[in-house]
Amino acid sequence: MSFFLETLLGGLMSGMLYSLVALGFVLIYKASGVFNFAQGAMVLFAALSMARFSEWIPQWLGMDNLFMANLLAFAISVVVMFTVAWLVERLVLRHLVNQEGATLLMATLGIAYFLDGVGQTIFGSDIYKIDVGMPKEPVMMLENIFEGGILINKEDFVAAFISALLVVALSIFFQKTATGRALRAVADDHQAAQSIGIPLDRIWVIVWCVAGITALVAGIIWGSKLGAQFSLSTVALRALPVVILGGLTSVPGAIIGGLIIGVGEKISEVYLGPMVGGGIEIWFAYMLALMFLLFRPQGLFGEKIIDRV
Amino acid sequence: MFYRENGQFKTSYQADQQIFPIPQDRWVILGIVAFAFFGIPLLVDEYLFRAILIPFLILSLAALGVNILVGYCGQITLGAGAFMAVGAYAAYNFLIRVSGMPMLGAILLGGITAALVGIVFGIPSLRVRGLYLAVATLAAQFFWDWAFLRVKWFTNDASSGSVSVANLQLFNWSIESPTDKYLFCLGILVVLGLMAKNLVRGSIGRQWMAIRDMDVAATVIGIRPLYAKLSAFAVSSFYVGVAGGLWGFVHLGSWEPAAFSIDRSFQLLFMVIIGGMGSIVGSFFGAAFIVILPIFLNQMLPLVGGLFGLEVSIALVSHVEIMIFGALIIFFLIVEPHGIARLWSTAREKLRLWPFPH
Amino acid sequence: MSGRNIGEVILDLNNISLSFGGVKALTDISFNVREHEIRAIIGPNGAGKSSMLNVINGVYRPQHGEIILRGEHFANMNSYKAAKAGLARTFQNIALFKGMSVLDNIMTGRNLKMKANILQQAFWLGPAQREELEHRLKVEEIIDFLEIQHIRKIPVGRLPYGLQKRVDLARALAMEPQILLLDEPMAGMNVEEKQDMCRFILDVNDQFGTTVVLIEHDMGVVMDISDRVVVLDYGKKIGDGTPDEVRANPDVISAYLGASH
Repeated sequence: MSFFLETLLGGLMSGMLYSLVALGFVLIYKASGVFNFAQGAMVLFAALSMARFSEWIPQWLGMDNLFMANLLAFAISVVVMFTVAWLVERLVLRHLVNQEGATLLMATLGIAYFLDGVGQTIFGSDIYKIDVGMPKEPVMMLENIFEGGILINKEDFVAAFISALLVVALSIFFQKTATGRALRAVADDHQAAQSIGIPLDRIWVIVWCVAGITALVAGIIWGSKLGAQFSLSTVALRALPVVILGGLTSVPGAIIGGLIIGVGEKISEVYLGPMVGGGIEIWFAYMLALMFLLFRPQGLFGEKIIDRV
Repeated sequence: MFYRENGQFKTSYQADQQIFPIPQDRWVILGIVAFAFFGIPLLVDEYLFRAILIPFLILSLAALGVNILVGYCGQITLGAGAFMAVGAYAAYNFLIRVSGMPMLGAILLGGITAALVGIVFGIPSLRVRGLYLAVATLAAQFFWDWAFLRVKWFTNDASSGSVSVANLQLFNWSIESPTDKYLFCLGILVVLGLMAKNLVRGSIGRQWMAIRDMDVAATVIGIRPLYAKLSAFAVSSFYVGVAGGLWGFVHLGSWEPAAFSIDRSFQLLFMVIIGGMGSIVGSFFGAAFIVILPIFLNQMLPLVGGLFGLEVSIALVSHVEIMIFGALIIFFLIVEPHGIARLWSTAREKLRLWPFPH
Repeated sequence: MSGRNIGEVILDLNNISLSFGGVKALTDISFNVREHEIRAIIGPNGAGKSSMLNVINGVYRPQHGEIILRGEHFANMNSYKAAKAGLARTFQNIALFKGMSVLDNIMTGRNLKMKANILQQAFWLGPAQREELEHRLKVEEIIDFLEIQHIRKIPVGRLPYGLQKRVDLARALAMEPQILLLDEPMAGMNVEEKQDMCRFILDVNDQFGTTVVLIEHDMGVVMDISDRVVVLDYGKKIGDGTPDEVRANPDVISAYLGASH
């Protein structure tokens, strides 16, 4: 029982991180109809930027304060991600307005390759450390309820907490601020939003910026766990089934989908994996999403698509 | 002689329906094919065969398959690499498990297996499209990546999915030297290329394009999306599967699942975008471009770096390479969505009018 | 109209109701179409005309009602069944295959009649080649009929609007339909183009005996060429009869001119 709970909790926590990446997908899709395949490349780019600047800044300034170095590196990385967002709008999206979804998808694939290349050219392609003081030691919980209690990684716990915080902050941003309302208007109908004077290009830059921030947070959390390295860019591929499950247009969908996939992956790996040779977690999520697609193409919370002639 | 069709009048619809209605084109193409068969083997050294020509031929075949699905039928795929893998491993199993199985037979059966698998993974395309379909094809990619690595039966209990094939023979022709391998691949490519052209100019090709351009209108005139889409998946996967078999058997000789990873899938998609979606000849352009570019960069970048006194490492070259790929994809999608093939046909259009444009 | 024998009822629509979510597009509509006639459906914008057409050829599935085509009941009409049963249509916002040439677009209309299998096509064997030629001849007849010989090889995306509408009609005619559904065939055309289109519709009806069901919101043209007219307003049928009867119907007048007059 306690083993099952440990698995479940582990799944929920990695699910929270998937939700974070999925949120980046959903934000951009809602506001611009672009399925952003480059989200993973953005996570890598942000993580590399964070790792390298926090390493370089103490060297440049000759100081020895980890906290200050991290803070500065974070600030610079935010600027870097904003620049990326601005350039993406300027150089790519602006020229592809009103194109089909598939074309835009391929364009973001191009952006992903470009970012991977640039990131590794500038920042290098080794594994870099991100040390933001995440607690590393595991803790025992609920010892009085179960025999032996359950073992929880404190780092996962903090990460899940930060993700949840960001999700709440973004929801408030979307529901309560003027910019958030404009974003939702654009999401509903591009042309109508434009006709009442909402500047599309600015909105797009903003969503890409917000997606950049979620990428940065995801990059830092993942980077501090696994190191900032190329494999981070595959995180997006693992978060893809999440948005399919949750529905491309739904923020709560991204969160719940993330949790379902996180738990599903862990449980299938632990209980099903040994029977078939292990390593099934990556395709299991996809198969789950695929089965789901066949019965409910719009996802759990997505809007139903009606064809008009 | 000018490249001109003035004064060439078609007197029958049959003449109008030929693959290359302009005689000059016909002669040029025949000339190129003849040169490829008889000229190139005399002129080219082993390195060129191994590093450029054989990969080019095989990847052209795969790109042709991807183009049928993506360019002609409008169904996006990010899992082409998996179907190459299915083709290669199925061919391997036919070869070692069925006694007396000829090599060509195994490769073709591998293609057919890939076609069947393609149909299964194409089923979601009946319910979903675009982005969602991309996910379905990714599912195929990850599933087969895993299957060939972990399920021992597929690889005859070889560790980490690595298998090898030796002593390639076609009837009494032993395919060993690079020239032999080149000619073998060229032969298959010419036959399958011609078949692809026939398909896309016939009624099935029109069904694919109709589904691509406007699926509601297509169903209204009686095209069944089920048949059109699944046949595109089947034909496409057959081509990709045969290419996979050739890649394993002829080009690599021994291989593991990583040879057909998701990077391969993206690479094939890029060939189609850069070469030209919905164009047979574009598939060849795209394959040539993507095979040659890395080799070109490997030679050029250190030289250019040397001019500025910079040392260019191999890692840097590979980063610049993916950067350039990314930028080119975006460039082509924005500036010329029909790729090099369109640039080529525009040039021909100009040439037809030269030197007297209106 | 002279010379044509308007025959029995071949298409009968009974109590059709269609809604999207909570929005009612069509409420309890019944009417019929006789063989060889030109039947118009008119009504102001948003009256449900296009929805009606979409129900007839199976693009939308109504919640209530039945479609009877030549005595056969279609409970679950879909586009494929409709096409097989001899229904063809054009589209309001031109739904041509824009990456294909005019010729290929019209050839797709022959699709249901082409039988060569995929292997015969791949090897361009006798049957496939013969079939392609045979249908090409038929398509060329239609091209001549609609006077679009000069644009055969041009991708439809490059054509002006009026010609695209004509290609759309050509594709529908290539199916050799028994009933031709036309969705606003004259929308967005200038006077000359409208006259051409009217001539083509009348010729099709006259020469091939094709039954025509057409939608239009421009009353003028419709009244001139149709035998009987159905009038829809807010998804309900408010009039049905010959053009003269409809013109005199007070409900129709108020729907078109506003209720208070």
